[in-house]
Amino acid sequence: MREADHLVHKYLRSSKRFPHIWCAGCGIGIFMQALIRVIDRSGYSKDDIVLISGIGCSGRLPVYIDFNTLHTTHGRALTFATGIKLANPRLKVITVMGDGDAVAIGGNHFIHAARRNVEIASFILNNNVYGMTGGQTSPTTPYGARTASSPYGNLEPDFDICRLAEAAGAVFVARSTVFHTQLLERLISLALQKKGFAVVEVVSQCVTYGGNFLKLKSPVEMMQWQKDNSITVEKAKQLSEVEREGKIVIGVLGDRERPSYHEQYQSLIGEKSKV
Amino acid sequence: MKKAVKKQVLLQGNEACVAGALMAGCRFYAGYPITPATEIMEIMARKLPEVGGVFIQMEDEIASLGAVIGASLAGSKSMTATSGPGFSLMQEHIGFACMTEVPCVIVDVMRPGPSTGLPTQPSQGDVMQARWGAHGDHPIIALAPSSVYEFFELTVQAFNLSERYRTPVIILVDEVVAHMREGVILPSKETLVIEERPRPTMPPEWYIPYADPGTGVPPMPAFGDGYRYHVTGLYHDVRGYPTVRTDEVEPLINRLFTKISKDFDRLQWFDSFETTDARVTVIAYGCVARAARRAVQKAREKGLQVGLINLKILWPFMRRTVSGILANSKKVLVPELNVGQISREVKRVNQSRCEVVTLNKVDGTSIKPAEILQKLEEIYP
Repeated sequence: MREADHLVHKYLRSSKRFPHIWCAGCGIGIFMQALIRVIDRSGYSKDDIVLISGIGCSGRLPVYIDFNTLHTTHGRALTFATGIKLANPRLKVITVMGDGDAVAIGGNHFIHAARRNVEIASFILNNNVYGMTGGQTSPTTPYGARTASSPYGNLEPDFDICRLAEAAGAVFVARSTVFHTQLLERLISLALQKKGFAVVEVVSQCVTYGGNFLKLKSPVEMMQWQKDNSITVEKAKQLSEVEREGKIVIGVLGDRERPSYHEQYQSLIGEKSKV
Repeated sequence: MKKAVKKQVLLQGNEACVAGALMAGCRFYAGYPITPATEIMEIMARKLPEVGGVFIQMEDEIASLGAVIGASLAGSKSMTATSGPGFSLMQEHIGFACMTEVPCVIVDVMRPGPSTGLPTQPSQGDVMQARWGAHGDHPIIALAPSSVYEFFELTVQAFNLSERYRTPVIILVDEVVAHMREGVILPSKETLVIEERPRPTMPPEWYIPYADPGTGVPPMPAFGDGYRYHVTGLYHDVRGYPTVRTDEVEPLINRLFTKISKDFDRLQWFDSFETTDARVTVIAYGCVARAARRAVQKAREKGLQVGLINLKILWPFMRRTVSGILANSKKVLVPELNVGQISREVKRVNQSRCEVVTLNKVDGTSIKPAEILQKLEEIYP
């Protein structure tokens, strides 16, 4: 059997009524495939994985995969993930969020999850726009971009999700694009192994709405753009701030050790428990 | 033989709530500090690790209830406690818990609103918010204790109902009952009936997460139990997958209601006092019911045939009980610490059989027995 067939049969939900809801050329499917490949290689049992999402195009991802899956409220995936991990630390908890999801409506939960350091592997699919609602400005939409809700140009500067995560205390911070699939798989794998709050920003494309401000028409052009505009962390270090402007810096941006919340809490229980 | 004499202890309402929760098997608490509910959180922070449970202080009340629902999905009996402003923030996840049928308990220690209002004073202003605060049609269960012991007892029952029906249960308590101290004798755990959510017994490949087993309440595994399933706030089919099919949407919303409404007859919890020959009956709950009891005693001493019904369940509204009162009284008096929330319900089920008189107070103080007595004398037929 081909590897793809094997993965499809093993991980996708046959009882779920396909097709999926994503537009042709969307980057979410590439991420989903990468996630499944990594998990298949990692040896996790499907029963031990909880895959949690918020609201938006990315929010629909968990329903297709045969794990314990939870589609929560807009921006709040990390709060549910926190409760699940603390109630049963044996579970491998993974969240998938969009850019509006994670850093607009869920921004507060995001920074506190990073600060608190509960072991959650969180993936943020950043397509720089609110796709599901029809292409409005998100916190990562570039300055000046015209969108459905900024018809005269976006007056707000955009967030750097990775810098935000690092400043808030995330112990693992990395970025890839969906073009760089091998790097993406490597980063997913590192994030899953991390004993703490890990963030991977996955730069993706919204073929239906994102092209408006990128002035790109097809998914192929958009992924070509991702390729052409990305530089590795190592390369970025050799460039000045001006030279780095507008570039997508990919690779591991931060990796440190800090005791996780749930491990500390488990030892607290061990100390205080009278049962 | 072991002596079974239990000692009386002096407990604050909020302390009794924690005692009830722990006895009911609560092993997860997530919350955010807010007056006048904070004691519940502080005691939980101390006690939960002692019983192998988990406490976490979250970044806000939305996150608190999110974590509570997550922990419940992972198999822990879970709760949070808050007051008006936090309760407003929790509405989003109360709706989520209704839709996804995740058991959880939410204590709302009511203080006067709207907005920041009067943080340290009593109120009963969140009765309607508890009913309709989350958007969309949904059923809800809300309980209202009027003493420290009842706060203990109804917390145990809140967990039981939540587990039995797989639904969020709200405890609407006022600041007076939450902060009052009374001597109580707590029962031993062995004497309590503790209910657990229905669990699947079939092999995982037979499990259909939202198929009605006949009781209206599908069995619920914990994440990690081997029954991998999908949970979503979207309308879903019996397998848990999103749907817009009318023949799948309607049965779901109907089942959410009927799983509770089929038991309306069981959900009639109240104390009645001097009601047999009452010409005027007071319908009250929470701290107001205490004042009403005293007022009824005083009125009886003066020869007035009056009685009291103390409602323990506010939602679903106890239509059967209240209809009976309305049929047998000339007048009913509904004193409340709001502009008239339960009295609206009383009027709704009244059907012109009886005169419904209200006594409302929204100045941040509780209603005194003398005020209720005065009103009783005024309206006595």
